[in-house]
Amino acid sequence: MKIHIPTPLRTYTGGLETVSIPGATVDGVFQQLTVTYPELKPHLFTPEGKLRSFVNVYLNDDDIRYLEGKQDTAVKDSDELTIIPSIAGGNEFVTGLALLAIPIKS
Amino acid sequence: MLRIEYADYEALRAHGEETYPNECCGVLLGKNIAGEDDSPAAINHVQQIVRAGNTRTDSAHNRYNIAPQELVKIQRQARSFSLDIVGFYHSHPDHPAQWSTTDFAEAHWLGCSYVITSIEQGKAATTNSFLLRGTGEDDKKFEDEPIQIDIPANLAAAAAHNQKGSA
Repeated sequence: MKIHIPTPLRTYTGGLETVSIPGATVDGVFQQLTVTYPELKPHLFTPEGKLRSFVNVYLNDDDIRYLEGKQDTAVKDSDELTIIPSIAGGNEFVTGLALLAIPIKS
Repeated sequence: MLRIEYADYEALRAHGEETYPNECCGVLLGKNIAGEDDSPAAINHVQQIVRAGNTRTDSAHNRYNIAPQELVKIQRQARSFSLDIVGFYHSHPDHPAQWSTTDFAEAHWLGCSYVITSIEQGKAATTNSFLLRGTGEDDKKFEDEPIQIDIPANLAAAAAHNQKGSA
């Protein structure tokens, strides 16, 4: 099945935006993905093997976290997986510059 | 460096004015033109901006979040134009155009540009861009990056004419 790789992780897939990986379940495909492209693994999974909290994975249009079978969900060759890191932020304000401006006790 | 057309630059600033006093957010599509040895000469060349919805309706004045489902669609759209996601933009209503600790903690798109516009009393003021550099969560950092704004020849000529007229 096709897996779409986000811009920052293409460094680890030889620049490829889309890779084809065989597998019967989401988990199986991911296992094979990290065998084929081992450098991807620490960017997708914690040392305990859990998907990093900021990494979203969509099977076609569905977040795998909300699928009934989660990572054990069966997949077909015609399905597509999209890996998409989260994007968020806001102006709660302590910047690097502000930190530098904190007076140091002498 | 971030390179962007004048119209897109103005559009992302206008977006911040429209959503004031809430934060706006959106995605920059284009191409990354790598510098030698991943040097700072790398350019994120924006060719299209896409407005996104802010899902943080609970605290939209100082938080933004783009729904992953929307990002998937935007990435699909980018692919159809043979473009990539090269950055994001958002506004800071009545706060400086500097990244915050929240911006940094929530930044995961290494190599992408994060554009922030300060909106002062409803008017777009400063726009800055920060490049997220590093190889992972442990060594990531924001670097100030210059913005090159491409101004169409006719607009540039008109501006020069106006300047002469007012001199």
